[in-house]
Amino acid sequence: MLTTLSRIIKYGLQAFWRNGPQSTATVAILFLVLLGFTGLLVFNSVTNIILMDIQDKIDISVYFKIDAPEDSILDVQRSLDSLSEVKSTEYISRDQALKIFKIQHQNDQTISQSIEELDINPLSASLNIRAKELKDYSTIASYLDKEQFTSIIDKVSYTENVNVIDRLKSIKNNVEQGGFILLIFMSIVAALIIFNTIRLAIFSNREELGIMRLVGASNFFIRGPYLLEGIIYGFIGSVMSIILTSILVYYTAPHFNVLISNGDVWVYFKARFFTLFLYELIFGIGLGVLSSYFAVRKYLKI
Amino acid sequence: MIIFQNVTKNYKVDNHETIALNDASLHIHQKEFVSLVGKSGAGKSTIIKLLIGEERPSKGKVIIGSYNVNKLKSNELPYLRRKIGVIFQDFRLLANKTAYENVAFALEVAGRTPQEIKEFAPQALDMVGLGDKMKNFPRELSGGEKQRVAIARAMINHPDVLIADEPTGNLDPVNTSEIIKLLLKINKLGTTVLLATHNKEIVNGLNKRVISLEDGRIIRDEEEGKYILV
Repeated sequence: MLTTLSRIIKYGLQAFWRNGPQSTATVAILFLVLLGFTGLLVFNSVTNIILMDIQDKIDISVYFKIDAPEDSILDVQRSLDSLSEVKSTEYISRDQALKIFKIQHQNDQTISQSIEELDINPLSASLNIRAKELKDYSTIASYLDKEQFTSIIDKVSYTENVNVIDRLKSIKNNVEQGGFILLIFMSIVAALIIFNTIRLAIFSNREELGIMRLVGASNFFIRGPYLLEGIIYGFIGSVMSIILTSILVYYTAPHFNVLISNGDVWVYFKARFFTLFLYELIFGIGLGVLSSYFAVRKYLKI
Repeated sequence: MIIFQNVTKNYKVDNHETIALNDASLHIHQKEFVSLVGKSGAGKSTIIKLLIGEERPSKGKVIIGSYNVNKLKSNELPYLRRKIGVIFQDFRLLANKTAYENVAFALEVAGRTPQEIKEFAPQALDMVGLGDKMKNFPRELSGGEKQRVAIARAMINHPDVLIADEPTGNLDPVNTSEIIKLLLKINKLGTTVLLATHNKEIVNGLNKRVISLEDGRIIRDEEEGKYILV
């Protein structure tokens, strides 16, 4: 058994080496297909990072009437915190708002002076609310619309941001759905191309398969080297495509980083490198072996 | 020992039935040298395909030694084929393997050890006079040399039977006579030889048993026969 296995390995490597042009062509096609497949995976992730980042920047603010008592505002905050849609709330009191305003305009003499001249603080207290999901903003907005709050709430910024939120929501949905469909489609195309390429390679060896049968080789002995070749195709194709993907991501990351407030696409890619490589190996080798298995089976019936 | 008992083989093509072999019975003893003669389509190749299990008979029984070929399962066929050496008109060598590797392959599939392979494969190539061309690929060999590699491969596992299907069809007269001499030598060493051919000169020069086929029927079976076909 061990001798048979070592012979199968020897023949697989030998066939891969001696059928140089054919092996190169098969590996090249596998490489290109896997590159497309990985490219799409990476593109999907990067788009998601960017969208998540934009989503993080979105919040709605509730501005309270100047005479609204702080206790009532804190009651509103507590009731908002108890909602399942709310991720976080931040209370900014009138004094804090003034402080922030002053810092923001410290270089603007006119504004600083006019603020100093005022006796009262003209700014209202506010609550900044972040929702867990984009779709939750409308629920929160309608919650704040309730009659019990109208006496203390001056305005809710949702109505101003609703267009941006809706647009982002639809972009996100489209990217998620489109990416998923494209990925499935690409996987099927990749599988078909790889299967056909290997089938053609084995088709050109069909006479050899017949000769091996005639000399008395068992199916296992005939099939083994082809399965090994499938593994080699998948392995080399995956390694080459992950290397090229890494290079591409490394050089294009700065362009994407501009779109993200904090974080680096390259760092994100590095953290997921092995998972991605593993997926590629499973996909590449799996397809290589399965294609070889089914392509050879046809010629083992003599 | 080869036995055909009332063997019929039909092929169905487009609902039209052709009879390739019609109720053929024959008995070939061990160490015999038998020529199978007949025109193309007479049934020679069908007999060979039935012997090596490439086809199953529609009716009747095919027996080689201890094997009942009809009843062999697909995974048992390799064992039968290691007991039969076969050579063909088109040589059927593995194009990507050298002469040595082609011969060694037959030993490897039979599970021989590396030491045995290193010993036997060069011996077999020496026997057919190709000791100096072991490292050549088939494309670097002449027709006669390719056929000799095929013979070395066929004989390497010491088969009980050597089947030669038009082995000289692609060869010039000099190579033809050398191949026939080689087959006679192999037969003398104790292997049953079944030679399918339509080369009249070869058959008439052999003075061995001749089985003549016509339209799928055995029409003549003579010891020390001649090639007599209209």
